[in-house]
Amino acid sequence: MSVKMLPMREALRAALREEMLRDERVFVMGEEVGVWQGTHRVTRGLLDEFGAKRVRDTPISEMAIAGVAVGAAMAGLRPVAEMMTINFAFLAIDAIINHAAKIHYMFDGMFRVPLVIRAASGWGDQATATHSHTAEPIFAHFPGLYVACPATPADGKGMLKTAIRNDNPVLFTESIGLYSKPGPVPDDEDFVLPVGKADIKREGRHCTIVTYARGLEWSLHAADELAKEGIECEVVDMRWLRPLDMATVFESFKKTNHCVVVEESLPFYSFGSEIAAQIQEHMFDYMDAPVKRVTAMDVPLPYARDIELMALPDTSKVVSAVKEVLHV
Amino acid sequence: MATPNKETLLDWYRQMYLIRQFETKCDELYRQKKITGVYLHLYSGHEAVGVGALATLGPTDHVITAYRDHGIALARGVDAKPIMAEMMGKKTGTSGGKGGSMHLASREHNFWGGYAIVGGHLPLAAGIALESRYNGKQDVVISFIGDGATNNGYFHEALNMSAIWDLPVIWIIENNLVGMGTRIEDSSGQVELHKRAVGYGIKDLERVDGQDVMAVYERVAEGVAHARTKGPVLIEAMTYRYKGHGVSDRSYDKRLEDELREWVQNRDPLKIHERYLLDKYKNITTEIKKIEREMDAVVEESVEFALTSPDPTYADLINNVYVE
Repeated sequence: MSVKMLPMREALRAALREEMLRDERVFVMGEEVGVWQGTHRVTRGLLDEFGAKRVRDTPISEMAIAGVAVGAAMAGLRPVAEMMTINFAFLAIDAIINHAAKIHYMFDGMFRVPLVIRAASGWGDQATATHSHTAEPIFAHFPGLYVACPATPADGKGMLKTAIRNDNPVLFTESIGLYSKPGPVPDDEDFVLPVGKADIKREGRHCTIVTYARGLEWSLHAADELAKEGIECEVVDMRWLRPLDMATVFESFKKTNHCVVVEESLPFYSFGSEIAAQIQEHMFDYMDAPVKRVTAMDVPLPYARDIELMALPDTSKVVSAVKEVLHV
Repeated sequence: MATPNKETLLDWYRQMYLIRQFETKCDELYRQKKITGVYLHLYSGHEAVGVGALATLGPTDHVITAYRDHGIALARGVDAKPIMAEMMGKKTGTSGGKGGSMHLASREHNFWGGYAIVGGHLPLAAGIALESRYNGKQDVVISFIGDGATNNGYFHEALNMSAIWDLPVIWIIENNLVGMGTRIEDSSGQVELHKRAVGYGIKDLERVDGQDVMAVYERVAEGVAHARTKGPVLIEAMTYRYKGHGVSDRSYDKRLEDELREWVQNRDPLKIHERYLLDKYKNITTEIKKIEREMDAVVEESVEFALTSPDPTYADLINNVYVE
């Protein structure tokens, strides 16, 4: 299997293209996915290659983008609907949560909704309060939906292909801050990754850092810095917020007895809250310190650059948190 | 379009009578606490809309509706027994007791369900229609819409998308003049709801008397013919609900006692169709009475089936959250 260096957006595009070639039922729909070539350039070239039947530009109608995709999926197609950004998915939250996530259960298995909803997530450069949400934990709250949040281009490709082939609805978020970051990507059309499996991106014995998506970069940088001081962090990239692979976290925690959770999102009712709660419920006998969370601050994001950055997590905040739980 | 023969006309009466009796029985069972829960939206008064509209479809065509769905399920040919079992939350119900009265469905009948979020099923209808076009089929989708659903975003977004993609949907507004407790004139700037079609560039098939099953059939058949090869149409069927918003709503009936009496006495869909049959065919009374007795038995059997069916278990509680 050969490997190519690709930025996240191109790895995602490769996944879409390969799955569209593989399965006639797969099609793309959303705002600006065709003629405009995708707001984040993920769908660039697909309209030319596959035509307007399979690369469908839509009006600015988030409720209908999600809802039409649900209906098409129920009827046997495999839509990949793009929300442009997760901020706009709030307009479609009823179609996603009340319909995509509930229909299989509510009709006791009569219908399936093999649907992927792609959405860019996270803060960009001074995008301000309404355009800076990292809202995937909200969606992970609800049973019936899978939530995928890749951190590397290889994971992006393998997880998107898995999501498209899966018979369940998947909310697939793509960190805005990661679209241009390159990484090695397997050049293999059957490269898929299992649903709900975390990945240990760095091994260590002193502290477990649990993270996902953009938090991985800060966590790995922090682990590099801490290693210079003799502190070895184990970095667990969860990859999926649902299903949530707590078994991998627990195995790591049994070894390190310390945990820091790193996420780009807000602290209240969050990814970090869930990880911390499960550790204290199931790992109490292994705990040497409380779980520490590194998150965005509990404020709407402002425009001005300096105070925007102040509100967000970064490598130094992860370093401080690890030292705090280790009492060093 | 061929004029329906005697057999078909009698079958429409059979269906409407079955729906009326089924709903009357549901009301009774709710009061006896044999049907529980907070929601039970009866189709009494609307029968001609569902029966007339669905008479235009073939088996590979599709149907979807909102929460007032019992009559639609029956008109699509779903057996009364699993429908009644779903009302009672039994394992033998159409949705295994997990959906309840507002979430009836039958995959084999291409009846895609009742949906309880107002307007939520409209984009689903468009998506089902997209599959038909995508795969080069001629199948159409009938999507019923309550008048109350015409003022949320789903209506706007789904109708517009059906227009730009020429989707084969017959949008049928069942205008019973009130959304929950709010009159149409207090909720819509344009009370002639079919005129919304103009705003989306879809075919406006105007108002039809929703109490006259023949009129509904003829108008919807025109819509189906258009939708199969061209694109979406909008029809507004004027009708009336006899049992309020849901079974727990009794005040509305009292507030509008005179209006209700007028519809029941002079515009009842069963009476209108029965009169039509009596005028057209001599000595048909015996056949009508025979049908009524048969349908009474169907309803009784459905109740017996539901009452004696097993309840869902813990295994049912936790299964089908995901496709494994």
